[in-house]
Amino acid sequence: MSDVTYTAEAGDEILRVENLKKYFPILGGFFKRPVAYVRAVDDVSLSIRKKETFGLVGESGCGKTTLGRTVGRLIEPDSGRIIFKGMDITHISQKEFRGIRRHIQFVFQDPFASLNPRMTIKDIVGEPLVIHTNQSDSEIEDTVLELLEVVGLKKEHLYRYPHEFSGGQRQRINIARALALRPDFIVLDEPTSALDVSVQAQILNLLKDLQSEFNLTYLFISHDLSVVEYMSDTIGVMYLGKLVEVGEAESVIAETLHPYTKALFESIPIPDPKFRGKGAAIHGDVPSPINPPSGCRFHPRCPHAMDICRTEEPALKGDSSHLVACHLY
Amino acid sequence: MDTVSTGDIEKLLRVNELYINFYTYEGVVKAIDGVSFDIHPNETFALVGETGCGKSVTARAILRLIPTPPGKIEGGEILFNGVDLLKIPEKEMLEYRGKKISMIFQEPMTSLNPVFTVGDQLVETIALNQKVSKEEAYNIALKMLERVRIPDAENAMTKYPHEFSGGQRQRIVIAMALSCNPSLLIADEPTTALDVTVQAQIINLMNELQKNMGTSILLITHDLGVVAEMSDRVAVMYAGNIVELGTTSVIFEKRYHPYTQGLFNAIPVFGKGKQTRLEEIPGSVPNLLYPPPGCRFHPRCPHVMDICRKEKPELIELEPGHYVRCHLYR
Repeated sequence: MSDVTYTAEAGDEILRVENLKKYFPILGGFFKRPVAYVRAVDDVSLSIRKKETFGLVGESGCGKTTLGRTVGRLIEPDSGRIIFKGMDITHISQKEFRGIRRHIQFVFQDPFASLNPRMTIKDIVGEPLVIHTNQSDSEIEDTVLELLEVVGLKKEHLYRYPHEFSGGQRQRINIARALALRPDFIVLDEPTSALDVSVQAQILNLLKDLQSEFNLTYLFISHDLSVVEYMSDTIGVMYLGKLVEVGEAESVIAETLHPYTKALFESIPIPDPKFRGKGAAIHGDVPSPINPPSGCRFHPRCPHAMDICRTEEPALKGDSSHLVACHLY
Repeated sequence: MDTVSTGDIEKLLRVNELYINFYTYEGVVKAIDGVSFDIHPNETFALVGETGCGKSVTARAILRLIPTPPGKIEGGEILFNGVDLLKIPEKEMLEYRGKKISMIFQEPMTSLNPVFTVGDQLVETIALNQKVSKEEAYNIALKMLERVRIPDAENAMTKYPHEFSGGQRQRIVIAMALSCNPSLLIADEPTTALDVTVQAQIINLMNELQKNMGTSILLITHDLGVVAEMSDRVAVMYAGNIVELGTTSVIFEKRYHPYTQGLFNAIPVFGKGKQTRLEEIPGSVPNLLYPPPGCRFHPRCPHVMDICRKEKPELIELEPGHYVRCHLYR
């Protein structure tokens, strides 16, 4: 379908996703056979450059989380290719993938669910080191202490349990664990959505500092456009399993092309009463990804829908700094 | 201390020096520490603050929905059209709850019963509260669904809640809450569970209904964007206190209290391009089992003085109708 990929200059690239698909079966009937599929990620291609933050935005159910997890093989893709540092990791065995996994780490949304309540902070942050390295216990303790300092926690936190920490502190623990193996690439899946705004600012700033300190590349997944704008160099917008627009952050925000992206941006409530009453940009809800609309998936809600939109799926087009999948262009 | 009075404007609701504690195994949580505000007829009043600041507890106290025990209203008045809701017997509360004051919650699915059709639930509510026949109730229900723009309302009446999307469910809940023409609608994070494009639709709908029906809205939210879109006046809450109260335009423009300033500087604003670094409020919200003495914000405040550690500041009227609780402005 879409042969054009959002490409970075060669050599600069750390991760490349080509025509990735992930359909989740819905089982039904007596034999529990698949009766339908949720098309969570449907033919998505993108490329992420070293040391950049790639922001992936979209509303619930658009497939952004599935895409993030598939990249780290937490979910196995159905088809397409994932190329990490020039190596095709789509189909290598889990055993082989172990060596790669230390370079791809995750931070999840819920800082309460992602820490084992029965483990101390030392064991949580040190676990990746136990699995992937041959460090002795005292070496691991030194590394963990270093990591805690890097994320702004203290020495006395080492033998405490997760319940003794606030949400923001727990997210710092998650970040410390993700950093333990000195990865190149971190998938941040809504890392601040469960946090209060004053704490969110602390975590976002911490993530930015760590990125420049350790030369990290981020895939930053969020539904909060303001946060994505603050963090990202490149922005990709997803709608119902499709990447509809992708490009340099400034270009996507200042020269928005896709009608869905426009609607999304216009819907954000601006914290200034002078801009009140812009009105709702689009009507209706996101359709079910089980039977997505034919042609362009946005056409039933699109103010510019044409005949071609109902029948033909638009491909991603444009110059390499800004691509859009829309028949208007 | 009769602080927040708004002079001659008539008041629909007046919360006066409200104190609420929760008695838990670990100790007494001092959740609400002397909260006072008024809501005028036909206005949207927002309570804004972070998790645990007491905004939802305050809202629930108005309808006497605080579970007792562990919660206990220790003092204060909640005057609705001059009647103290904290003094009347439980039976009389039924005249207020759902009729004169109704409430909508964050997650619409929790307010809808999954085993009854939307029509059944609407008709039941209306028949019970307005003492009309089932047929009349059906007609009112249909009209309400049309009013909140549920497509094909007649058909929608026969459907179950799970057949609707999140945005439509919230529309149905709004229809139910407004069916009895209440004078006050308490909306607790009404758009937090919704996607932005749907949130924009619900905000529009609520603003429009508020204008047409003349209902006052008490909006509870943590989102300053939603506050700016909907409210006429705002109270900023921190750790059980109102720290700043005034008209939305003045609060957004001036921000006197250090916490209000911190809150605004901590949020990334969309469309500002590559921004300068976000300002952080150091530390986190205090545990209200052991609230800090004096001003509850003092451990995180950049302008903290000696007096802040000892004495709780009073609400001071800095401009007409604009109040701040901070020793900086004594």
